[in-house]
Amino acid sequence: MKNPLAPIGSLWRGTTERFGYPKVFITLFLVLLCVLAVIQGQSMPGFLKDTLTRLSMIGVLTLAMVPGIVSGIGLNFGVSIGILTGLLAGCIGVELGFTGVGGFFLTNLVAIPISTIVGLGYGWLLNRVKGDEMTVSTYVGFSMVSLMCIFWLILPFKSPIMIWAIGGKGLRNTIAIKDTFGQALDNFLHIDMFGLQMPLGSLIWLAILCFLMWVFLRSKAGVTMSAAGDNPRFARAIGINVNKQRLLGTTLSTVLGAIGILAYAHGFGFFQLYVGPLNMPFIPVAAVLIGGATMRRVTISHVISGTILMQALLIIALPVISKIVPDGAFSEVIRIIVSNGVILYALTRSGGGK
Amino acid sequence: MDKVLEMRNISKEYSGNRVLKGVNLSVGAGEVHAIVGENGAGKSTLMNILFGMPVIHQTGGFGGEILIDGKLAKIHSPHGAMEAGIGMVHQEFMLLPTFTVTENIKLNRETLKSNPVSALFGPTLKTLDHKSMKEDAKKALDLLAVSIDDGVMVGSLPVGHMQFVEIAREIDKKQVKVLVFDEPTAVLTESEADMLLDAMKRLAARGIGILFITHRLDEVFAIADTITVLRDGEQVASMPKKDTDIVKIAKLMVGHTVEACVRCDNKTDEKSPLALSIRNLNVAMPGERVRGLDLDIRKGEIIGIGGLAGQGKVGIANGIMGMYPATGEVLLDGKPVVLNDPTASIKRGMAFVSEDRRGVGLLLDVSIETNITIAAMQVYNKFTTNLLGLKMADAKAIRERALEMINVFDIRCTGPTQPTRRLSGGNQQKVCIARALTLEPQVLFVSEPTRGIDIGAKKLVLDFLVNLNEQHGITIVMTSSELAELRSVCDRIAIIYGGKSVGIFKPDDPDETYGLAMAGALSANVKGAK
Repeated sequence: MKNPLAPIGSLWRGTTERFGYPKVFITLFLVLLCVLAVIQGQSMPGFLKDTLTRLSMIGVLTLAMVPGIVSGIGLNFGVSIGILTGLLAGCIGVELGFTGVGGFFLTNLVAIPISTIVGLGYGWLLNRVKGDEMTVSTYVGFSMVSLMCIFWLILPFKSPIMIWAIGGKGLRNTIAIKDTFGQALDNFLHIDMFGLQMPLGSLIWLAILCFLMWVFLRSKAGVTMSAAGDNPRFARAIGINVNKQRLLGTTLSTVLGAIGILAYAHGFGFFQLYVGPLNMPFIPVAAVLIGGATMRRVTISHVISGTILMQALLIIALPVISKIVPDGAFSEVIRIIVSNGVILYALTRSGGGK
Repeated sequence: MDKVLEMRNISKEYSGNRVLKGVNLSVGAGEVHAIVGENGAGKSTLMNILFGMPVIHQTGGFGGEILIDGKLAKIHSPHGAMEAGIGMVHQEFMLLPTFTVTENIKLNRETLKSNPVSALFGPTLKTLDHKSMKEDAKKALDLLAVSIDDGVMVGSLPVGHMQFVEIAREIDKKQVKVLVFDEPTAVLTESEADMLLDAMKRLAARGIGILFITHRLDEVFAIADTITVLRDGEQVASMPKKDTDIVKIAKLMVGHTVEACVRCDNKTDEKSPLALSIRNLNVAMPGERVRGLDLDIRKGEIIGIGGLAGQGKVGIANGIMGMYPATGEVLLDGKPVVLNDPTASIKRGMAFVSEDRRGVGLLLDVSIETNITIAAMQVYNKFTTNLLGLKMADAKAIRERALEMINVFDIRCTGPTQPTRRLSGGNQQKVCIARALTLEPQVLFVSEPTRGIDIGAKKLVLDFLVNLNEQHGITIVMTSSELAELRSVCDRIAIIYGGKSVGIFKPDDPDETYGLAMAGALSANVKGAK
């Protein structure tokens, strides 16, 4: 007799094979949460707006994972280095009094040369630790965050909105940028849906960056880089300088990290200095893995879908679960379990969704 | 003479492929029994059976029986083999580099002393008796007549001495009756090899039976009492040394009769212009070192490069194409080639199909079309279009080229976007060759083109190479471990031994010439034989 469940079984196998387990499980969990949210009468448009906002904030940082994976250094846990350079550029922007949309782009222009120089140095380091990039980059990221804790205190910034009110020296933990260039893009360009402002400006910025990356991956340079990342010995045989490609990939990832944190701060309205960037890399790493990327293969669709899935999950989980379990920071717990769990899962296997 | 080891009618199949066909051999106490044969003749399989290697049992066991000291022995694991009295000196050293010589010799067979803790918690906590261990180690080393300090770390010893430590470990096992030497001199210098042969003779004199696996015929004739020749899994001969000579053995080793000689109407001769002129080429490819090779390659020929594994034949193409550090002079059309730079070599019109198909030859998770076109895109900017100054991959041109190649080569696939990992070995090889051809080379290096490919596809690949040479005038340098294959398609065949060319032969030269050349015994014997 034919098993009535057989079609479901093969559908399940096909789906998990195509998208990878993390994506399937998290989608199912998300659907469950949505159903619960509707039953509880939560504001779905509100969730939509928050998800889109978070997508525009995290999206560029997630995109920063792409050149790392493509060039063969794997998941760039050291993207916090790029984040630090972005924050530094942000502080310079505030100090110089950049405001509005122009100010946002000027700050990005400041960030690019700084992060390029730092990224080259970081790439040079990673070329010396082949095979252990992810471990090394995690700890290099941690060390740089700690090192910068000293510099945030002693850098000669003067702007009163950035330095401690008492003592008049050193940068604050959290710097509000709503009055300078925070949310400038969305104030400039937004659409109203369900009576809410959807952040169109920053989403367009993300779309432009994603498009540029998409073009790059289809250029000769991009094909060269992915060959170097996919099989270094093959790449060498056809005359590709593998170290140069890895250097380029790491630098690109670092620059995108800097631009990414500016996009993040732009949506959030604050710079978080000191230990703020410490665990930052785990968010984009988890997002791109949820999207279906592996340590060797990634596409732009992994970036977008992973970021949406992860952020939607976190946004919906908070109110839904706190209604069921009223006490504690349960949503934060979910975030940590999901992001670290999916990283752990990805590290235990090298294959993955396509 | 008592027989310490007898192997009767040993046969073995790997998934329907018979690799050993009824081999019989016996080793008496104090006898040195040499087993010679080409790569793939079945020597390693025979030893794996004797040693009870898991690979044998996982693939369905073997036929025949093994007798030790006249008693039927059931050997199911390497440990069982050791207990039965079989010792093995491995080709690759099984030593712990950070342990001392003594510790390596006595590893897992340490002399132990009881102490109060071990009395309480069991024998694993007994103290080591360093003094007696040191004595044992010294005794074993003295027997080999080598002076090695037993207290130094093995990692700091020269390679030759490591070999002796390995032997010392085996003879320290008190019950050892048969000692197997698997290509023991492959990594040794000449004087070290002589010392080793002396040591082997001394061991035999103490009543240990010795199985000596090698393809160096001069060594065989220096110490062996009996010689067994294997060819394609068959025991073609087994005789006392005194009944034979080195030329006969060489002939038996090769022993292929060339079927139809495809290329006997050699189009090239001494007056043909040279495509490549190689002088004093050294390539530091681990395991396949080239040492001062001189070779001339004529325009429009198919030249074969043969020789046994580890002699350096594979290193030649890898060195010229910049895959491993190389020094020396390579002239292409009379102009020097920049070495150690793959792009420079490709730009001069040379292309390379690597012996390591899956490691170097392919991007396994990438589509067939990208695999075929990426090299030409990389080196010549082919298959690109210009988009605001940025070179973009030209998807249409790539697809056209891929479809053309799939059609010409008859690559069996679901389409040009299929990842190469899913293709069979033969089809993967076709993709590799298609990539090399897309570079439009004048000289094509092909290494081990038929390795891991089934017989039908083999013929197809070889025919295709001949076709390329005849229709398109591409000079082909084909490196292969299969002499028969080289003899069936090449105009001339260079045999590499010890990193140098020992001679260039015609495909229809006699078997013994090839056998002697491959065994490195040509210079000493052929003059006498002729």
